[in-house]
Amino acid sequence: MTDHAVRCHGIGKQYRIGQREAYDSLRDAITRAFRARSGWQRKRDPSLSGMRVGTGNMIWALKDVSFDVHRGQVLGIVGRNGAGKSTLLKILSRITSPSAGHAEIRGRVGSLLEVGTGFHPELTGRENIFLNAAILGMKRVDIKRQFDAIVEFAEVERFIDTPVKRYSSGMYVRLAFAVAAHIEPEILVVDEVLAVGDASFQKRCLGRMNDIARGGRTVLFVSHNMAAVQSLCSRAVLLEGGRVQRVGSADDVVSHYLQKAFDPVSVREWPDIASAPGNEAVRLRSARVVPHDNLETGFITVKTPIRIEFEYWNLRPGARLNLSMHVHNERGVMAFNAISLNEPVWHGRGFPPGLFRSSCLIPGDLLNDGIYRIQLMLVQDEGIVLHTEDDALILEVADSPEGRGNWHGKWQGVLRPILEWETGLISPLTAEPA
Amino acid sequence: MTASDTVNDFDARPCGGVSDPAVLVLRPARSWAPIDLRELWNFRELLFFLTWRDIKVRYKQTALGAAWALLQPLMMMVVFSIFFGRLAKVPSDNLPYPLFVYCGLLPWQLFAHSLTESGNSLVASERLITKVYFPRLVIPLSSVLGGLVDFAIAFTILILMMIGYGVAPTLALLTLPLFVGMTVLTALAAGLWLSALNVRYRDVRYTLGFIVQFWLFATPVAYPSSMLPSAWRVIYGLNPMAGVVEGVRWAVLGKSAPPPGLLLVSFAVVITMLVGGVFYFRRMEQHFGDIV
Repeated sequence: MTDHAVRCHGIGKQYRIGQREAYDSLRDAITRAFRARSGWQRKRDPSLSGMRVGTGNMIWALKDVSFDVHRGQVLGIVGRNGAGKSTLLKILSRITSPSAGHAEIRGRVGSLLEVGTGFHPELTGRENIFLNAAILGMKRVDIKRQFDAIVEFAEVERFIDTPVKRYSSGMYVRLAFAVAAHIEPEILVVDEVLAVGDASFQKRCLGRMNDIARGGRTVLFVSHNMAAVQSLCSRAVLLEGGRVQRVGSADDVVSHYLQKAFDPVSVREWPDIASAPGNEAVRLRSARVVPHDNLETGFITVKTPIRIEFEYWNLRPGARLNLSMHVHNERGVMAFNAISLNEPVWHGRGFPPGLFRSSCLIPGDLLNDGIYRIQLMLVQDEGIVLHTEDDALILEVADSPEGRGNWHGKWQGVLRPILEWETGLISPLTAEPA
Repeated sequence: MTASDTVNDFDARPCGGVSDPAVLVLRPARSWAPIDLRELWNFRELLFFLTWRDIKVRYKQTALGAAWALLQPLMMMVVFSIFFGRLAKVPSDNLPYPLFVYCGLLPWQLFAHSLTESGNSLVASERLITKVYFPRLVIPLSSVLGGLVDFAIAFTILILMMIGYGVAPTLALLTLPLFVGMTVLTALAAGLWLSALNVRYRDVRYTLGFIVQFWLFATPVAYPSSMLPSAWRVIYGLNPMAGVVEGVRWAVLGKSAPPPGLLLVSFAVVITMLVGGVFYFRRMEQHFGDIV
């Protein structure tokens, strides 16, 4: 008898590119059948057996993934978007089958890839609890036993017989998570469902996750939130490009991930003035991100001051240039726009033809964690945009456990400044004399 | 390893961490997967809840509620009685035409409803399929079963009509569950094929309505199969619903029994379609999560 709850042996998953977006129409299938017949193409798509694919545009979303999870262990799975984390969870929770390799699973698996799966807006809270719990694999007797606990956890006692379409989104999410948090599989597979609800509810969700983990159950936990991974998980797996990059203690894997998180788009160079982006007025020579500390690792956290440097050629004598930098987060929300109007030496003067370097400092404790895209505009006379370079730089800002207090959830907001707070006692409340 | 190594025990309960629950091995998709009846049985509660949800939701926001289950066949009966019974003078095996046609409409509507619902069921349950594992057969199965409630409601009208027309049932009534079961199986058999095809080819969605209409005219709902030359009747049984509708009329109204040849052919067709449908479904099931 082994003590492994999950063993993965060389798991691979292959997708045809574009497969997820386009389901076939019958017409496609017919044309394909004719084409295949005439060309005798017998190449088979392993993820779509029975169907021949003419072109070879297949990608491996996962390749050679092997790791073990001991019973009772809480394993974090980390990696950037597209690293294959979700695909791995889908395989382990049997939503899709692997294309290669195999996995052994000992025990009932419950998966939480989304909260509220199968909720129906027309049904009441009570009805949805039963339905959703049944979908998540709970037996009716267990649902009845847990019913009160679920309602209490979700704080929806008064509305339990109201259709959930009348719920506020907060109530809806709380109820959905409450059901999910009370399924009792031996192996729990969780995708990032914690980023729901308000702060106090998130805290309880994490607490509940902790209870589950402490209760001796095996948990596989996918998250972008390194702080949560470090506090919940003992071990972690780092996926990159569909492969296992590192397996080890959660602290080790997280710090490894954060170091590797630095992207090559931190430097861009166009040494040839003839082909550099721009026009007859200006051309961009380079753009780079220089972290103020950690120079050797290039590692940026929310605490790190970052110098952004641009080099550009001015080609027209006497042009009065300035830079405008638009910083967007990964959702495309503009975090801020910074313009070099306060630059002390050259601003307002005519630039002679030549190579210039402008730089600015984004202070630490300003950006939130996440990906930021920097769009650069080279501007003349404070108003005429000569050239715009989209995605001149892309920087990834990692989370830092510092300054979070007891909060392990996703830090909300585009920015994450640390502000100067002051608290003073205005007047003490003393017991009134009788 | 062979397929039999894939042991899956969802009843394994946590037992203090010392139990050795059965090992589930996940491996690449196979061309043909046998049906896992034990697993299906373990998910019977989910089947119940999904069926219950379908029924509950169907009439929840309608003004007339479950009365629709009565109104639909009633209105069809009126229309058919006027156009086929009165105007076209279609024979009805010496039964009052409204009674004749209503009795045929009941299994037909059960079939048509179940087929349409199950044919679209997988696509409609996309969210479930891509987020949670359970035997996918549960989905078309639950949509087929949901039609039985409507059938039972509409059946009360038939009883009233029989009293009104003074038609008494015979001992043949005992065979009614058999024919109702066959209606459900026919709908399930076709539904399995169509729902699985629908995942890959969304054309099915648009074809379904046409298939159902076409099938109605190929089924002796508005006319008796005795209108056909007797040599054709066995071939007619290739449409399993022909055997079913005639069977239900015989069971309930006690008219002449359908030709045994027709019934046998219908049975054979249903079983073949069902077995084929289950295998096709099981084969495609392994990819639903990727392509739905």
